[in-house]
Amino acid sequence: MSELMLNPWIRALFWGLVMITGVMTVTAWSTWFERKFAGRMQSRMGPTLVGPLGLLQPIADACKLLQKEDLVPDSADRALFNLAPVLTVGFAMGVAAVVPFTPTMLAADLDVGVLWLLALSGLMVFPTWMGSWASNNKYSLIAAMRAVAQGISYEVPMVLAIMVPVIMTGTLSLSDMVADQQKNGWLIYRLPLTGLIAFVIFFLASLAEANRIPFDIPEAESELVAGPTTEYTGMKFGLFYMAEYIHTLLSSAICAAVFFGGWDGPIAPGLHWMLLKSVILFVFLTWVRWSFLRLRSDQLMNLCWKYAVPATLALIPVTAFYTVYAAGKGGV
Amino acid sequence: MTAIARARAPRPDPFLDIDSYDPEADLMVMNLGPQHPSTHGVFRVLLYLDGEIIIKAVPYPGYLHRGVEKLCEKLTYAQITPIVDKNDYVAPMLNEQAVNMAFEKMLGVEVPPRALHMRTLLAEIQRVASHLLWLGTFAMDLGGALGGGTSVFMYCFREREAILDLFEKLTGCRFHYNTHTVGGQRHDIPAGWAAEVHRVLGAISDRIDEYEAMLSHPIFLKRTKGVGVIDAQLALELGLTGPLLRASGVDHDLRRDAPYHIYDQIKDLKVAVESDGDCLARYKVRVVELRESIRISRLLVDNVPEGPICGGRPIKQPGQFKAKAGQVYVGIETPRGELGTYLIAGGGKMGDTPYRLKIRPPSLHALAVVPYVFPGHSVSDAVAILGSLDPIMGEVDR
Amino acid sequence: MHEQYVTLATLAVVAVVLGGLILILNRILGPQKWTKSKLDTFETGNEPEGDARHRFSIRFYLVAILFILFDIEAVFLFPWAVVYREYIGAGLGLFMFMEMLVFVTILGLGLAYVWRKGALEWD
Repeated sequence: MSELMLNPWIRALFWGLVMITGVMTVTAWSTWFERKFAGRMQSRMGPTLVGPLGLLQPIADACKLLQKEDLVPDSADRALFNLAPVLTVGFAMGVAAVVPFTPTMLAADLDVGVLWLLALSGLMVFPTWMGSWASNNKYSLIAAMRAVAQGISYEVPMVLAIMVPVIMTGTLSLSDMVADQQKNGWLIYRLPLTGLIAFVIFFLASLAEANRIPFDIPEAESELVAGPTTEYTGMKFGLFYMAEYIHTLLSSAICAAVFFGGWDGPIAPGLHWMLLKSVILFVFLTWVRWSFLRLRSDQLMNLCWKYAVPATLALIPVTAFYTVYAAGKGGV
Repeated sequence: MTAIARARAPRPDPFLDIDSYDPEADLMVMNLGPQHPSTHGVFRVLLYLDGEIIIKAVPYPGYLHRGVEKLCEKLTYAQITPIVDKNDYVAPMLNEQAVNMAFEKMLGVEVPPRALHMRTLLAEIQRVASHLLWLGTFAMDLGGALGGGTSVFMYCFREREAILDLFEKLTGCRFHYNTHTVGGQRHDIPAGWAAEVHRVLGAISDRIDEYEAMLSHPIFLKRTKGVGVIDAQLALELGLTGPLLRASGVDHDLRRDAPYHIYDQIKDLKVAVESDGDCLARYKVRVVELRESIRISRLLVDNVPEGPICGGRPIKQPGQFKAKAGQVYVGIETPRGELGTYLIAGGGKMGDTPYRLKIRPPSLHALAVVPYVFPGHSVSDAVAILGSLDPIMGEVDR
Repeated sequence: MHEQYVTLATLAVVAVVLGGLILILNRILGPQKWTKSKLDTFETGNEPEGDARHRFSIRFYLVAILFILFDIEAVFLFPWAVVYREYIGAGLGLFMFMEMLVFVTILGLGLAYVWRKGALEWD
């Protein structure tokens, strides 16, 4: 086994498959978790019927979706319509490759991991737009316009916010970032505390990119029926749904790695710490989702361009200045 | 002047042809409804959109038309009550009361004090249930079926469920009660019901504070403040009544201004008035009303006078009541405003059935603001405004 | 080093193939009784009023332009951020800081200009 793993090709294939299987499984049961959590929040039971505690619900859902009629509207652009759900899962999954779970357990230790991450979350708006445009549905069109506007707007504060960790650790590789935090303390509490603000903005921006409440304006089912997925049935809708969850889960994992020291923690093995931190962030996201109303798209844009962007722009000089200052005092 | 600026002008004429707004605007025409998650039933609005901003809105009600008024002309006075239950299906008690009050006035039937007292009590409890449903659906319009909105919705429905249980204990039905009849009530208060009412309403009044806290965060304020402003003049011109009128700054409540049942005995009836006329004002008015109705109900349930619950002879046959020729109008304050019943009785051979029964549903008038208020708002706001109007399509289309 | 990219490629290929397979499975397992009204565009129960492939409000394109400007400018900062600490080590920290400050100030001025011009007003 170990000799086989030395072959880079075999290793690559192995990690690719492990990641996909792992992420898909976790995603499936995160939907169960969210439904259970939401149910409890709303004094309901959540899923209970399929398996113990409703634990087999995701499998039942998948089976149901697979048996649904596959409809492509007459006026739709067939090729784009079918391509969009496949691409959206592909892009969401691509992010998984660079998430460092432990020093050894990461699929691809890219030295430009941060750029890869930003590039893929920027690409996420393409499948949404493709699918909606191809549907030839007005609700989808408005939803897609909102989704694209929101996605690309929040890309700006996201890029600027993640600059703070990059300045503080001096690397673009996510695993090196975690290693640096292991040595010098987590970014979330490291002076001059810009990491904390950067985390809040980065987290909000990734919420916005994953279209979660209070930023789920593109999906806004009470306004736009089902947003970009209005015309999608069966597993095509399922893939969009899956991509949203993958995106959310990976956002939590990345925040855990970049700001909360990733695998760093006492006693327990690193993987446990990483997963624990990610799960806590995901629970927080779920909690937020089921307690807030949604903003309007213009208010969301204001929040981005008039608050988040100037704030992150100011964060960069502050962080950089502190780094110079600390170095002058013999630190770092 | 751009199309959007024109749409935001103080009072755009909604009956202008869209081309006279801006012939070059190249607007997108989109249907909102009838099969849309947030039109509260089957209501259709044709929207002319510039991007996301509504330039013109044309409402098309009528998808739920069942011909109730025509049906009533073929039914005798004692048979009509269960039919009108289905009009405003969120507050059926008040529909029953409205028609029966009209019939009593026409037929000259005396209603005993106990029945009057019960009617007042049931009307107020029903108002609580109706406003709770509104609060839940409004939150869902703002917050989506997959988010915080649903949480409020679920809580509100839990409380409303308790009220439906109360009604079930009283009438045996949860929704279409058929408990009022010409001359009084059909079901007397069962033993221990008053204690139940106290328990349920006490719990609800505690929890309203929680819902208010849940809905007083900045996002809710941002979504409702200054959205969908109906000024007092427009409200009066379009015949708005109830919470909508009071939210626009007109102090008018039939319970106080034209008392019926035993409302004249309730001296300190608090009528909530807000001056802003936006969605937030409508929310505030309804929450105050919710509290006030709970207070009145708990007051009334303790001192229901003894006596018969139905005046006159018990109803044995459908054609028992014969009306002389004439006409009456009765207006009562439902959770949505003035529910009017205009009855023309034929007399003579046609004395068994109404010659014409006209129901004035408050929601129909509420929806009349759509072409005036929607322009200049985005689609998201349109949904919020529609939710804040609290239309019940059952009574709009009848 | 290149095996990292092999992993990425594997991941991408497997994800896309898997997605495709799921869709094909859906096609096989699902019923296929298409009717005219099923294949109509959904416009909340009405015949669609015209086409959705329509000219759309200019405001959205404005956001796209702003994104391109600011995002590309922001990406220029990454190389600087990575080597910043090396330059501090070499005693050029303050110089590099000022360089960055000039860049960020220009970016900030750009934002202020755009703001002032009303491009951020979401009518």
